[in-house]
Amino acid sequence: MLHIVKKDVPNTREKIVVRLSAVLAALAVASIIVVFAGANPIELYIGIVQGCFGSVYRFAATVEKMVPLLVLSLGVMVAFKMRFWNIGAEGQFLMGAVGTTLVVRLLPNLPLPIMLLLMIAVSFLFGAVWLIIPAFFKARFGTNETLFTLMLNYIALTLVTALQYDFWKDPAANGMPKIANLPENALLPSASGFNLSILMAVIIVLVMYYFMNRSKIGFEIAVLGESENTARYIGINVTKTIMIAALVSGGLCGIVGMMQTTGVSGALSTEITGGLGFTAIIVAWLSGLKVPFVVVNSFAFAVLLQGASYIQTAFQIPGSVAEMIQAIILFFILGSEFVLQYRFVSDKTKSEVA
Amino acid sequence: MEFVFFLAAAVKAGTCLLYATLGEIISEKVGHLNLGVEGMMQMGAVVGFIAGFTFGNPYAAVLCAAIAGAAGALIYGFLTISLKANQVVTGLTLSIFGVGFAAFFGKNFVGKKVPEAITTFFAPIKLPVLGDIPYVGQIFFTQSIYVYFSYFLVIAIYIYLYKTKWGLNTRMVGENPVAADASGIPVDKYKYFNIALCGALCGLGGAFLSLVYISIYPVNVVSGRGWIAVALVIFAMWNPGKALLGAYFFGALDIASFWLQQYTLPVSIYLFTALPYLATVFVLIFTSMRKSSNKKEPAWLGKNYFKEDR
Repeated sequence: MLHIVKKDVPNTREKIVVRLSAVLAALAVASIIVVFAGANPIELYIGIVQGCFGSVYRFAATVEKMVPLLVLSLGVMVAFKMRFWNIGAEGQFLMGAVGTTLVVRLLPNLPLPIMLLLMIAVSFLFGAVWLIIPAFFKARFGTNETLFTLMLNYIALTLVTALQYDFWKDPAANGMPKIANLPENALLPSASGFNLSILMAVIIVLVMYYFMNRSKIGFEIAVLGESENTARYIGINVTKTIMIAALVSGGLCGIVGMMQTTGVSGALSTEITGGLGFTAIIVAWLSGLKVPFVVVNSFAFAVLLQGASYIQTAFQIPGSVAEMIQAIILFFILGSEFVLQYRFVSDKTKSEVA
Repeated sequence: MEFVFFLAAAVKAGTCLLYATLGEIISEKVGHLNLGVEGMMQMGAVVGFIAGFTFGNPYAAVLCAAIAGAAGALIYGFLTISLKANQVVTGLTLSIFGVGFAAFFGKNFVGKKVPEAITTFFAPIKLPVLGDIPYVGQIFFTQSIYVYFSYFLVIAIYIYLYKTKWGLNTRMVGENPVAADASGIPVDKYKYFNIALCGALCGLGGAFLSLVYISIYPVNVVSGRGWIAVALVIFAMWNPGKALLGAYFFGALDIASFWLQQYTLPVSIYLFTALPYLATVFVLIFTSMRKSSNKKEPAWLGKNYFKEDR
């Protein structure tokens, strides 16, 4: 009889080897779908790489896709570290974008630096509130946060829909349901395709690294995630820790709303998230909730996303193929975690050990 | 009279939700939160339509849809049961996969009509006796056979979960797999079976949309209804009977937001679509406040079971 037992913590080299083999195996399986779609898989995969690194413009597009994913993943990571399943990044992202647009609507004539700082603050607050609500009920009554945050995504989406089609509909858009573009003094400055949100992301990465690994509150979050009883025993204020983690987690996702509205889309819309809030959950989880790996994996996913949008135009491959390839790669990576965490032993060797 | 039509339409709109919700209830009862409902519904919808369009046979269409949904669920099942992958992440990935799958394989069928043989087979049939009851007959018993089958499923799944040995074991696995395992219940087999059943039901829910609810195949036929089904499971507090009421309530809200467009309202019509989610949030909060265990989620929901951890 074979038994499954938990392994010791695998080393970094083993992790890299296993994950790369998982990606290769996934690409082999995905090739079947690519052939079905009438393309040559090898050419297509090379196309993905060219689409991301082929020119400065394309590389800028890759980075542009990486930045929101990175910050969202860091946000989600903080909550996950506490075993608080925040799957509401989509909603916090949207609310951050709503907050950003609200600032411009209320105070349209502020000078750019003050405008940007105010938008950062308000988007952080809006995103944070959207997570503090479920966090409060979790801390007070133990309300299931997975489902609560999932619902809040859709409540935020309907709110944005109502704003776009009713309250904030641009009268100058000839009846088109869209919200007016932001004015010049509310747009993130950019140079040759790279905008200021990259700098913001770098700062956030450094701050979060310090926050998670060196600060007292980061330590308390980690202990709380391991065991609530231990946390209480060593005198951690559980409710306070949950609320602070929710503030940071939701706030970071909210800031992404500001970055995307002011740096990429130029206006709030229902399509602004592009499902990144869900992708971020996957990135944070696959990174083992560690800041450096979040950076690496966000980049890897940005390559997939940018490659996907490139092959759509270059190879006339529908976007759905890229979606499926992405999902297949994820399935394989999720499955490969098993190889890293468990191993098989036969009864014989087990009794020898015993 | 208009109101009777409205309610009959609400029942029809709620039926796809009912199938998927019943499926997800079973999955959650065995302890697996499967956020891939949207994906499995999409797979069922597209495969059901393609099979129906190709064979022109309603049985083949429905069967293929159920198999497609179950196949999606088994990917999730293999990863979360055998390979112990995280349930939330795997479920979300399944949704991404299913949406891509449906968009890809459905691309060439967009704008195609549901074959005559299938539309006639699933056309509303007035049931004898029951159909003659005033109001009730017109609302509930002048419907498609697909709708009648969902009534049957509500009863069948209630009996399965609460009146059979298998249902008892299923619930035990969801509440406490350690105890279930110790008392000799094959935990993994129960999980695989119920998760596959969930997938088949989600597939049927999707196929209801593509075969019965619409007459011409659109670009995205499920369009987010899977997430409403996830919400409904909580709204119904994991109870098949309440799932039926909840599905029709959510179906009514869906119809109402179209229906109310002819009137001028003091609030934005778009805010109406948030009602199902708001209602679900309130149910979540109230059930957690009440602390009665039979109205809460299964104790091991979302957690994987690893035998050697015992």
